[in-house]
Amino acid sequence: MMALILIALVTLASAAAAMLLRNLIHSALLLTASWAGLAAFYLWAGAEFVAFAQVLVYVGAISMVVLFAVLLTRPPQPMPVTPPNTLGRALVALITGGAVLGVFIGAIVSSPLPATAAPAPTVSVKQLGLELAGRHAGALLIVGALLTVALLGAVVLAATDREPVGASLDDVRGRPPGTPLQKSGDAP
Amino acid sequence: MSLSSLQLCLLFSSALFCLGLMAALSRSNTILVLLGVELMLNAANVNFIAFWRYGPNPEAATGVVFVLFAIAVAAAEAAVGLALVIAIYRHQKNIRLQEATRLKG
Repeated sequence: MMALILIALVTLASAAAAMLLRNLIHSALLLTASWAGLAAFYLWAGAEFVAFAQVLVYVGAISMVVLFAVLLTRPPQPMPVTPPNTLGRALVALITGGAVLGVFIGAIVSSPLPATAAPAPTVSVKQLGLELAGRHAGALLIVGALLTVALLGAVVLAATDREPVGASLDDVRGRPPGTPLQKSGDAP
Repeated sequence: MSLSSLQLCLLFSSALFCLGLMAALSRSNTILVLLGVELMLNAANVNFIAFWRYGPNPEAATGVVFVLFAIAVAAAEAAVGLALVIAIYRHQKNIRLQEATRLKG
């Protein structure tokens, strides 16, 4: 019980700090710490395989992708605070989040949830593999196809250059579009 | 009044969800909004694991399998989202959400 409270406090504190900070790199690193705390929670709950998947996917892969995206999209100069009122939006977000949190806490505290299963249940990796390859084999195939398509789509989205290749050349030479290429160089 | 472990897990996950919600609503940086959505997804995963752990039938491992699939889908979502962020940056040279108002570049 104490371990759960400790893990929850560490995870929530690093997530809150990540969302409050101005520096994006600090935010990304703190969120990585928060994801590691979630992996500790899964370990505490007895789902070891999920914990290792969380470490591999979130702490390892997604944090790297986020860091790369942060570094690739640095603004040339520090961003000014623009007119669409940041303070008002923060206030509205705070009110909305607080209201949702209040509804959740009220519902959880007032509902009689049975707390059975004092010893942690264990699911071995073999049992998980049998489940994945047996009952959920179709879903596993679909997830594989989804991952492939999504990653290919991500590459296409991030790599497409929408400027046509000849356009910049035409601009440099002051040539009207549509003129053949050989004549543009030796015009007097 | 003493809370059971299941209720503590649920309180933890709802706090995490609300943190992600506040971040997604209040920040104007596209990457931070995406990370708020990721936090909400993780809160849902915590709920799955908590109900699997304290549910009536933990031998079935349905919650664990569901969380594995959710993590895979979240990875795909993060990759596509960050690629979109980079595409937006190439068009308007910053990633502020307020300035991303054009549908066609």
